[in-house]
Amino acid sequence: MAAYRYGYSAVLFILCGLSVFLVTNGQETILTGDDGAAAVDSPQTVTETAEQTAEQPAVEERQWEVTEVEEASPDEAAADKQDASAPETLVPPSVPRPKDDFQEELVIRPLHSGDIYASFQFRTLWETDFMRGNKVSHYRLFPKSLGQVISKFSVRELHISFTQGYWRTMQWGQPFLPAPPGAELWVWFQDSVTDVDGTWKELTNVLSGIFCASLNFIDSTNTVQPSASFKPLGISNVTDHRFLRYATLPREIVCTENLTPWKKLLPCGTKAGLAVLLKSEKLFHSSFHSQAVHIRPVCEDWQCKTTSWELRQTLSVVFDLHTSGQGKREWSLFKMFSRTLTDACPLASSSKVYIDITDNPEGEQFELIPATPLLSQAVVLGDRRTFSVYDLTQQITFGAVRSLNLLIRWKSTEGDMLRPLLHGERYVAGYGLQTGEIHTLMYNNHPYRSFPVLLLDSVPWYLRLYIHTLTVTSKAKDNKPSYIHYQPSKDRVRPHLLEMLVQLPPNSVTEVTVQFERALLKWTEYTPDPNHGFYVGSSVLSSLVPSIVAMDTNSTQERPLFSSFFPCKEESSYFVRVYTEPLLVNLPTPDFSMPYNVICLTCTVVAVGYGSLYNLLTRSFQIEEPSLGLAKRIANIIRKMRGVPPL
Amino acid sequence: MATTEVERRRGQLAALAIAAVVIIVGVPLWWRTTETYRAWLPVSQINELAKLQLQLSADVEVVFARGTLTPEQQKKVPLTQTQDEEHRVDEDTALRYRYETRYRTATIMEEDALNQPTAAEADLSLHTLSESPCGSLVVYVIPESSSLLRQDVDVYIGQRRTALLRIGSPMRVGRTLEQLLAHMEPRMKQVLQVMSFSNTDITAALSDRVRVSPGNKGSIADSMRAFKSSPGYEITFSLLNPDPKSHRLHWDIEGAVQTYIQPLLTKLAPVANFSIDSQTLYYAVLGVNPRFDSSRSAYTLNADSLAHVINPVEARLGSNAASSNPVLNFLLYVPDAHHSPLYINDRKKQEVPSNAFHSPRWGGIMVYNVNAFYGLDAVFPVDININMAKVMGVFLAQLRLLLGVQSSTPPPGFQVAACGSAGLADWELDRLMWSRSVENVATATTTITSLAQLLDQIGNIVINDNIAQQVSSAVTSLQLAVAELEAGNLGFALQYSKEAILASERAFFDPSLLHLLYFPDDQKFAIYIPLFLPMCVPILLSLLKIVSEARQKRREKQAKKD
Repeated sequence: MAAYRYGYSAVLFILCGLSVFLVTNGQETILTGDDGAAAVDSPQTVTETAEQTAEQPAVEERQWEVTEVEEASPDEAAADKQDASAPETLVPPSVPRPKDDFQEELVIRPLHSGDIYASFQFRTLWETDFMRGNKVSHYRLFPKSLGQVISKFSVRELHISFTQGYWRTMQWGQPFLPAPPGAELWVWFQDSVTDVDGTWKELTNVLSGIFCASLNFIDSTNTVQPSASFKPLGISNVTDHRFLRYATLPREIVCTENLTPWKKLLPCGTKAGLAVLLKSEKLFHSSFHSQAVHIRPVCEDWQCKTTSWELRQTLSVVFDLHTSGQGKREWSLFKMFSRTLTDACPLASSSKVYIDITDNPEGEQFELIPATPLLSQAVVLGDRRTFSVYDLTQQITFGAVRSLNLLIRWKSTEGDMLRPLLHGERYVAGYGLQTGEIHTLMYNNHPYRSFPVLLLDSVPWYLRLYIHTLTVTSKAKDNKPSYIHYQPSKDRVRPHLLEMLVQLPPNSVTEVTVQFERALLKWTEYTPDPNHGFYVGSSVLSSLVPSIVAMDTNSTQERPLFSSFFPCKEESSYFVRVYTEPLLVNLPTPDFSMPYNVICLTCTVVAVGYGSLYNLLTRSFQIEEPSLGLAKRIANIIRKMRGVPPL
Repeated sequence: MATTEVERRRGQLAALAIAAVVIIVGVPLWWRTTETYRAWLPVSQINELAKLQLQLSADVEVVFARGTLTPEQQKKVPLTQTQDEEHRVDEDTALRYRYETRYRTATIMEEDALNQPTAAEADLSLHTLSESPCGSLVVYVIPESSSLLRQDVDVYIGQRRTALLRIGSPMRVGRTLEQLLAHMEPRMKQVLQVMSFSNTDITAALSDRVRVSPGNKGSIADSMRAFKSSPGYEITFSLLNPDPKSHRLHWDIEGAVQTYIQPLLTKLAPVANFSIDSQTLYYAVLGVNPRFDSSRSAYTLNADSLAHVINPVEARLGSNAASSNPVLNFLLYVPDAHHSPLYINDRKKQEVPSNAFHSPRWGGIMVYNVNAFYGLDAVFPVDININMAKVMGVFLAQLRLLLGVQSSTPPPGFQVAACGSAGLADWELDRLMWSRSVENVATATTTITSLAQLLDQIGNIVINDNIAQQVSSAVTSLQLAVAELEAGNLGFALQYSKEAILASERAFFDPSLLHLLYFPDDQKFAIYIPLFLPMCVPILLSLLKIVSEARQKRREKQAKKD
């Protein structure tokens, strides 16, 4: 027994010695890297660079040349050898924790309408000192292009989303990440920025280049500074809305050219992990597609000792599998994305697939294949949901076939959805091309609690709102808003901005109406297809909705990504943002061959007027002998023939 | 009868009055309202610049150490000589090099410095004695007996702006100073060519103005390699890791940039601004599949296929979102575990020792094999620290080439001191500044003259005041730069030439020059005809009638007289 123990301790001793050796070796590596002598050596080697120019036919686009670095003198060669003796070894086990971290996640929620909602979230956290204005220039997981934008334009928070289709709240419930149709961009600048408008203009141009979108059409006529609706989502001490800019482009059409640059920002690209599923031909063959990039500063721990940048790339898509699946209610990853999962992104610290099985506790609604023993509960949007979890970092998830193809087979179509507590609608009323009325309906479906809602409306200047006609009614009674912020428009300079805080009574519909008049545009201000109509961006309803279950207020605790986007301040309510439909308004449209017609017409009028005046002025008037009538002339001819003098 | 005559007279007067109003008021009014605004441009000065007469002046000081001059020769120094060299590049461009040479004997302190044991130490102590200004040179002539230089070396070029030149004993060389100078002449010329500017460099810098006759391919490749002169450069280091599953790479790029790259860039600060960033790209693969060479049990990449290597990677490198300066890319490629080791072969099928190559005006790429650092039984992923000294040595060499710091091989008998920690000798910087100033001047003059030509040709372009101002400031800076080159103030010349290039580019690319105001003349008249035709025809007709009546009247009068 004793001998055994001795042997054991000897092994231990050897192991310790080895690890010590390894550690010292590692230190040596670092030392040679930092050594002043090495620093001098290498440039010396470089001076003696002889460079070979190879003859190459000029046909080739690029002339590649070999770089030759030769050793110069014996002592330098020795120095080089010393370098080689401290090689770029395997790093000892104690690798310093990297300053950045990447997580990926996919949530799939079967909807009651038979559609499937899939939401991807990719989060890169980068622990860096951004508030002091330090220039960061060395990137690992964080994409360089976005990092440069943030540091050049002193951005504190940036949220950009591109959405195709409209989220049907009443059929699909509340989305994890709401977004209006078209493009939406809102940015908080740091308080060191002096010319916010100029920076905003430049930023939109740069972003339009990065995302291949028409964000360059954002100018002062569609930019507003909301005073209350868009508060910073990350850590902040500044809420002065001078540094906030918000703009939407409801007309923007989202397609593959926007998806490709978005995918390029992911550290693994589309080569590994969940991003393998992002095939554009499938993603855009859907009822709803929304992709977004959110950058904000967040706390690393609950005391907020260290801060870091958070980049969240999200992509949500709703597949209408009912119509494409020939009436069979059955779906799988392969059917949706025409791919299956084979591995996690090796750079990701966590890579998970969540499937919402709350409505299916005993498997009576649908069957999930392969089954997983991992279950997780999360409080999301005021509700406690149960999820089946597939951890892609575990090899066992993929099974014997080394690929994961999730499959759901529906058994029954029954079941009822929990009605979303807050919901909004909007439409234009009125007839003719002169005046009209915008109606906004806000639904509070809570049976017994009322809650306040912030309504934000940004209307272009060519719809001239009559703010005195603004009425807010709920349950056929006047409902006086407790806060109104209205900024009137200026023609061709800025849009109308209307913000209101309205208390919604329980189980009610609140209607906001305002009348407007359509303005006449200059003929160069019309869009290329003016008869299609002009879009007015969605209204935004932001609200703290009373929660059924207790919300989690600790924002730094490890939670699934989909439940941790909006920070939660109190347990009894949760934050919801709802976007209404965008409006399509017809404006009086002229005939566009008009300018030439006008030129011709005015010239003709001028010419006619001028001609008659000229005639009057220059013609000389004289009394003319009255000419003979036709009968008299004939009579005269006859008289001449007869030789009689004429009459 | 009389009333009709009065009536006719009145009609004629009315027609004449209307014609007069149209001509005196209408035509100038139409002219004024449809005129385009064109600010005044210094056209004559621009035309002067089209003919470029550049003169480069360098101050050279020749210091004779003790033992190089005979006493009677010493009486003639100090002495100043001026040498001129003229080169006609083409019919519009001429170059003239002027070397102002001052000869003097060494001071006692300089003698002490020259008595140091090695040339490098002598160089250092001479530098501490006096610092010569940018663009000038000091050549110390030392006797044959001096032990500073090795036997086979005649000329030593230091780290700063000094050179040591060894000559034979005065007895052998010649009696008079003129003979001595004539003896030194060829060596001096070589020193000047190496240390300040050579005709080939300057002509290459003029390539924007002058179409160089297609010479040999080597010289074209040489002149095409370096980046064009620009006020700023972006340097991007990218670590390509195509196989993050097997290799977890760590590179201390921040420290390496501080240690190796920053000293060089600090030294180059007068030439341009630099900004550095770095990124790591995963799953970035090369565009060609390397071939397996079973004799070496390694993968090889041939020089012919290098041209196709970079395209798929370049799509992921990303352009710089925050500035429009040219980007220098340096890629460190770590081959994946299944394609390691990977070696680059040159055209002679020989392995390239540095395992790196570069592309003119684009950047460089280095292949870094890591398979030797773990065995076959390694557990993936393995953590690997990259040896930045090795990597940065290669990248620094490439950076020097791409920035146009030429390291032409010195003539035989020359010894060039290894440059210090900055990676760049003072005279190398001077050389770069000479050619950059000339290049900037050439580019700015072509920009300005072509802008003037364009504005002259298309009369409809609006020239706003700010463009006129930019053009004038560009012209002024150009004139100043040319004058400073002539005076030999290299630093100021480069500064002014940079200002000139900025102002001229800003004027040339101003968006206000691109307004949609250029209607063809026929369309303009098509618009005007509905107005002009009905107005002008009656006026013309009545004028014709008046003229013909007047003529008839005169004829009648003549007839009456007769």
